[in-house]
Amino acid sequence: MATVERSSHTETSAPPRPINGAEVLVKALIKQGVDQIFAYPGGCSMPLHQALTFHKDQIRTILPRHEQGGAFAAQGVARTTGKVGVCMATSGPGATNLVTSLADAKMDSIPLVAITGQVPTTVIGTDAFQETPMVEISRAITKHHYLITDVRDTARIVKEAFHIARTGRPGPVLIDFPKNVQLTNLPEEPDYDPPMNLPGYHPEVRHVHPSQLRQLLAMIRASKKPVFYVGGGAIQAEAAEELKKFAEKTKIPVAMTVMGLGVFPGDHPQSLHMLGMHGTVYSNYAVDQADLLLAFGVRFDDRVTGNLAEFAKHGKIVHVDIDASEMHKNKLAHLPIIANVKEVLQGLNALVSDDDIPDTRDWWVQINEWKAKFPLAYKDSGEFILQQYAIDELWKQTKHRETFVSVGVGQHQMFAAQFYKFAKPRTWLSSSGLGTMGFGLPCAMGVAAAQPQALSIDIDGDGSFQMNIQELATLVCEKLPVKILLLNNQHLGMVVQWEDRFHQGNRAHTYLGPVDHPEAVGAGDGQHYADTYPNFVQIAQGYGVAAAQVRSKKAYPEALAKMLAHDGPYLLDVLCPYQEQVLPMIPSGKTVKDIIIE
Amino acid sequence: MMKHVLSAMVMNQPGVLAHISGMLASRAFNIESLAVGETEDPQFSRMTFVVAGDDKTVDQVRKQLEKIVTVVKVVDYQRTEIVDRGLILLKVATTSQQRTAILELVSIFRAKVVDVGLNELMIELSGQDNKLNSFIDLMRPYGIVELVRTGRIALAREVSMSVSDALKPPATYDVPEVVV
Repeated sequence: MATVERSSHTETSAPPRPINGAEVLVKALIKQGVDQIFAYPGGCSMPLHQALTFHKDQIRTILPRHEQGGAFAAQGVARTTGKVGVCMATSGPGATNLVTSLADAKMDSIPLVAITGQVPTTVIGTDAFQETPMVEISRAITKHHYLITDVRDTARIVKEAFHIARTGRPGPVLIDFPKNVQLTNLPEEPDYDPPMNLPGYHPEVRHVHPSQLRQLLAMIRASKKPVFYVGGGAIQAEAAEELKKFAEKTKIPVAMTVMGLGVFPGDHPQSLHMLGMHGTVYSNYAVDQADLLLAFGVRFDDRVTGNLAEFAKHGKIVHVDIDASEMHKNKLAHLPIIANVKEVLQGLNALVSDDDIPDTRDWWVQINEWKAKFPLAYKDSGEFILQQYAIDELWKQTKHRETFVSVGVGQHQMFAAQFYKFAKPRTWLSSSGLGTMGFGLPCAMGVAAAQPQALSIDIDGDGSFQMNIQELATLVCEKLPVKILLLNNQHLGMVVQWEDRFHQGNRAHTYLGPVDHPEAVGAGDGQHYADTYPNFVQIAQGYGVAAAQVRSKKAYPEALAKMLAHDGPYLLDVLCPYQEQVLPMIPSGKTVKDIIIE
Repeated sequence: MMKHVLSAMVMNQPGVLAHISGMLASRAFNIESLAVGETEDPQFSRMTFVVAGDDKTVDQVRKQLEKIVTVVKVVDYQRTEIVDRGLILLKVATTSQQRTAILELVSIFRAKVVDVGLNELMIELSGQDNKLNSFIDLMRPYGIVELVRTGRIALAREVSMSVSDALKPPATYDVPEVVV
């Protein structure tokens, strides 16, 4: 079992490798089906990295250039495959660099296992070099956490961590692993499938009751203006097919949250696209006017609801979610159902008869009128490349390919949500709940590792991109052919938009060029094209990433096509005006009546 | 606002108390008292919370507690007949002239003198909150030197939440609660 395959110079009489904690943890990961891990080494995780090299045929170790990048790459794997993403860092600063991604995964319910080295148990609590109380730090931002203090618990803890991360409402789990426990030997191979000790964790027992299904159908039958409000829970539940079947049968329109995009085809006639702050006018009108809101796998987030009391106040609310604590948390549900979204939809599809189909003809007349009157649109901007246009064109050029789109956070993220019509779940990857800038590039890197057959695109802004720009090195060194569509407007566009709307255009540290440039105080002429900062093409080329800049609309389609055809990572620096705003917009805490259309 | 008594069966492991109190603080729930100790099975501890809040808030507290992996079960004793007790130890200043009067109050309240000094008495008293509060008020004029008080603990009279009860998996279906 413990024989070592080594390079030729140690071939003679290598002693059998002892079974230590690090070895057990790596084997336990393999047992859980992990075939890649994003790991950045350091003093307290060295034994783990040593063990990873001995199993490199079964598990690929990808070295990011920052622990945060590794943790977002692991999210890329998880979000696109539905499997548990895995990342690793050393103790102290390595571990704290994972924190943002853990909080991000908690907010968006992403299954993640993060392994951190820890100082030896003998010095825990003494402020040892690179010691941070990682379990304490991660309590509020993980679904669960472990500190391994006895090497004999290692296999059980790994098994429990994966079980907790992927079942029920998925989420991140931290395993903190002191170095001396990693180095403690076991006399023999442990049981890698030991019984779990989780008396308080019962994700599997929640099911929909047949009477709830009948009641739900009765509410649908009686409704005249029903609307689906579907979110990430439906994607986690792999419920896209059932949703489409039921929505088509009953002719109910479907609005999606940012997390839900792709669960229902974006170009389907029944799609109302995204709702909420930057959602379509027609989806927000429909939810406002609905007499029945079918909230499936959602959590009534403030970016969706605005003013809670006014949200969907004209109708009954059916709330289906796997997490009991989401029921009535923000909004009272008339029919709360604690169950898996897919199971509920399967039940509905099995029960629904032609008599249950509501008469929605008038409703559709109204919705189609709104759709015609308030389409998602953008102006013709002459020679400028508007972000919306850039994304629309990307969609046209990639919709026939298997494409995954990751984004940063800000205007480009919302434009992408609006103008890339996602056809399938798990193809749109966005830090939606936490809203973490710098998410796009490392996430796309994880996608490229998990889906080597597909096109992995990072649509990014120049602000977000620079937050994890170091991962350009990972793209090259680990051969991950991510395509970066950089919508460069030299500003923190979303904050600028709020400055222009709500702060009289006073620029408060939202220009990303030199402080002595007139644009830094909003005194520029709006033409920032002559002297953009930094030179992204040179940076990319310095890392070995092919790159080009495009400034005119006429040149854009060809420049884009060139990137998409390129074999390997590529950065396309697209200069965009910063004056463009993401619309429609319902200002924070306001209602659909306050929607800004122009 | 109503006071609810919640009782939670939790795994007896390091960090569980910190996890729970951290969650309550980060979600801005207001906990009036918290008592924790081992149960009949040393692998499990029982925590008793007193929470002031409307039904909706307390329902959220219960559900958020139950989400914590090391929390096995939580019950709200709001509509249950329970026995609940707290304990105080207090040191009261006394002169030889006052001592008789204090001892009389100790006897009326069925408290216990647990230590006697030249100028102080240490008194132990258990009971419900209002009894403890009345006794403390009566001691104030004499001069309370030190006071320490436990959180409330409670057990239901009829229904049981023993460790073996708590370990049974919850019902497959949630009782359909419909608010129309």
